Amino acid sequence: MTDLEQGQSPLPMAAQRRGDRAVDSRVLGMLIFVASETMFFAGLVSGFTIVKSGAMVWPPPGQPRLPIEETAFNTAALLASGVLLFLARRAFSRDRTRCSQLLIAAIGLGAFFVIFQGVEWLQLIHFGLTLTSSTLGSFFYLIVGIHALHAVIAIALMLRIWLRMRRGWLAEGQFAAVAVFWYFVVGLWPILYLRVYL
Amino acid sequence: MAEAVPAGSQDPHGGHGHHEQSFWSKYVFSTDHKMIAMQYMFTGMAMGMIGAFMAYAFRMQLAFPGMEVPLYGLVSPANYNSLVTNHGTIMIFWVAMPVLLAGFGNFLIPLMIGCDDMVFPRINRLSYQIFLLSAIVLLASFFVPGGAFGGAWTAYPPLSSEAQYSLTPMGSSFWVVAVALEFVAFLMGGINFVTTAMNSRAPGMKMYDIPIVVWMIVIASILFMASVGPLIAGAIMLFFDQNLGTAFYDPSRGGDPILWQHLFWFFGHPEVYVVLLPALGVTAEIIPVFARKKFFAYKTVLYTVFATGVLSFTVWAHHQFIAGIDPRMANIFTVTTLLISVPIAEMCFVYIATLWGGSITLSTPMLWALAFVAEFLIGGVTGIFLGASGADIYMHDTYFVLAHFHYTFYPIAIVGTFAGFTFWFPKMFGRMMDDRLGKIHFWGSIIPFNCIFIPLFVLGMAGQHRRIFDFNAYPDLALPWMQHTREFVTIALLVMLAFQLVFFYNVWKSLRKGEKASKNPWKSNTLEWTTESPPGHGNWAELPTVYRGPYEYSVPDREEDYWPQNQPS
Ligand SMILES: [Cu+2]
Repeated sequence: MTDLEQGQSPLPMAAQRRGDRAVDSRVLGMLIFVASETMFFAGLVSGFTIVKSGAMVWPPPGQPRLPIEETAFNTAALLASGVLLFLARRAFSRDRTRCSQLLIAAIGLGAFFVIFQGVEWLQLIHFGLTLTSSTLGSFFYLIVGIHALHAVIAIALMLRIWLRMRRGWLAEGQFAAVAVFWYFVVGLWPILYLRVYL
Repeated sequence: MAEAVPAGSQDPHGGHGHHEQSFWSKYVFSTDHKMIAMQYMFTGMAMGMIGAFMAYAFRMQLAFPGMEVPLYGLVSPANYNSLVTNHGTIMIFWVAMPVLLAGFGNFLIPLMIGCDDMVFPRINRLSYQIFLLSAIVLLASFFVPGGAFGGAWTAYPPLSSEAQYSLTPMGSSFWVVAVALEFVAFLMGGINFVTTAMNSRAPGMKMYDIPIVVWMIVIASILFMASVGPLIAGAIMLFFDQNLGTAFYDPSRGGDPILWQHLFWFFGHPEVYVVLLPALGVTAEIIPVFARKKFFAYKTVLYTVFATGVLSFTVWAHHQFIAGIDPRMANIFTVTTLLISVPIAEMCFVYIATLWGGSITLSTPMLWALAFVAEFLIGGVTGIFLGASGADIYMHDTYFVLAHFHYTFYPIAIVGTFAGFTFWFPKMFGRMMDDRLGKIHFWGSIIPFNCIFIPLFVLGMAGQHRRIFDFNAYPDLALPWMQHTREFVTIALLVMLAFQLVFFYNVWKSLRKGEKASKNPWKSNTLEWTTESPPGHGNWAELPTVYRGPYEYSVPDREEDYWPQNQPS
């Protein structure tokens, strides 16, 4: 949602009319996007549920158990990142330095989550859970992997927001739109954790 | 096609946008919603010609088995499969969607709500570029080793997931990738449509002053965005099964082939409404103008559409009555399916009520609009047979089904498109179309259309199965009367295709020599008719203010029988 950055041509009136509306257009656009993303993940998770409930034995024989405890810890880290971003949003209008610090902390915790998961994946592969070893492996890497991809994109967007804020270019609506996306990534994870890991 | 494009540079107003644009920035990399609309519309029409050519090739094979089809050659069984598959895929995803949703949506939404562009113009441009890429990927699949995918447009596994059954190892993957890319493009477009309609309306335009077609396109976009997620998920799994050796749909390794059917039809049924609603909207704009009457029950129609939208998510398993689902489930889906015909029937009555007592002008757009209502009615009524699980078990996969959905999709994709195209042609290109040629084209399309598909209902009830390449192999289906009927159908198709040349000639001639269109040739109320034809860059010199709803026709005690939305009194 970067149309406000258009340098060369004048902004469409459509964009300028944003001010007097209840919801900023970038936020509204992001909310719609997130809603369809929710349906996308609902499709993945319901597919997993159907296949799992149709299986004779679960987990499939010879497959390792998923790392429930470690991931619970990692889940807490991700949730904390979401809280930090919330605090950063609140500090945005009052204290830019504090906002910037909170934001970078949120980004750091988010990155920690992704890296921790990568390490977990390496261990699982080592124990014989791969994309093709069973439907558990297929769904696990598909669902968790696509979530991780979302997390990486969201982290990149937050870094961009952070850089723009340091240069003083950041519009409130942009920050809000990226925050909506990160809240989505954070809020989705506990559901995936409950459905896929447990 | 360069002359077929409205000139964004003929800006009638001073102020903004008076910079010379190169060919590339004006026609190819434009962010102007009108240009993007034209790109979508002409790409869609070009794809429509390709899809029609495919229909021609396989219909020739069905009528005259084993014949060297002129311009195509011999149709092999594999060719036949990929032709029918891609005919369906193209007509729905690369014709109906881009023309009705993206073409009309991009052109009409900013013009009808009184603003100068979409809220996210660059995302809009990207949307078209991804769409174009998706079309190229799909067409490229005909030239890869093994040929294009031939497992039907619904792509059920294992035909779609395993090359040993489909025999198109690369074609299947190209198909999935093309469809997924296309969905991403429409997702971007949909975000733009909804956000623009919500946030950028002209001052004074309240929710219930929005023209119905805008409402319809917005609701269609919402339906699309709400239903497409699960199918994208399914498409990724299918792609993984094809290329990475997973077993999401392979029951021998723990997967579930029916899963795809659920994900596909959870999207597939709302998809019908995604393309139907814009066509209903286009008709809703045309009928009041040529009946000079207020649209009957504006708010009721909106509520009806909301209800239809919600209901459309609860009917998908009516496509799976013979897929082994629990009969008790089938009963539930029968009830919801029959329920959903109620709001659509109501809509037809609303249109008839709008016509009632009006002073009707049978111009070309009006003929198309009326034909839409009449023909879609046949599609809807025959759907009731198929919605009832008992009847469907007999009819499933016969030509009855095929004729039924062509009676819904032809009115939507072809009749709806021509209705809108002939109606807004003056606004798009600044010239009037030839009405006499338009009527010849209309009758030349509508009569053969019915000659094609009414016989197919009969053949379907006689048990003719859909996916047979040469009926001579099935003595029960190769009876003389059946073969004669097939020949009749194919000849009707040829006649219909020939009459499309009249349309192209009409467009070509009208663009050059057509009478110059005034701002408001149809004496219509909505905002797009208050600016130049074609609108310049930025659409209006001064953006309009809205004072009333869009359908104030023949208001008593007024001198004129129309009352534009932007007129203070
Ligand atoms: Cu359906």
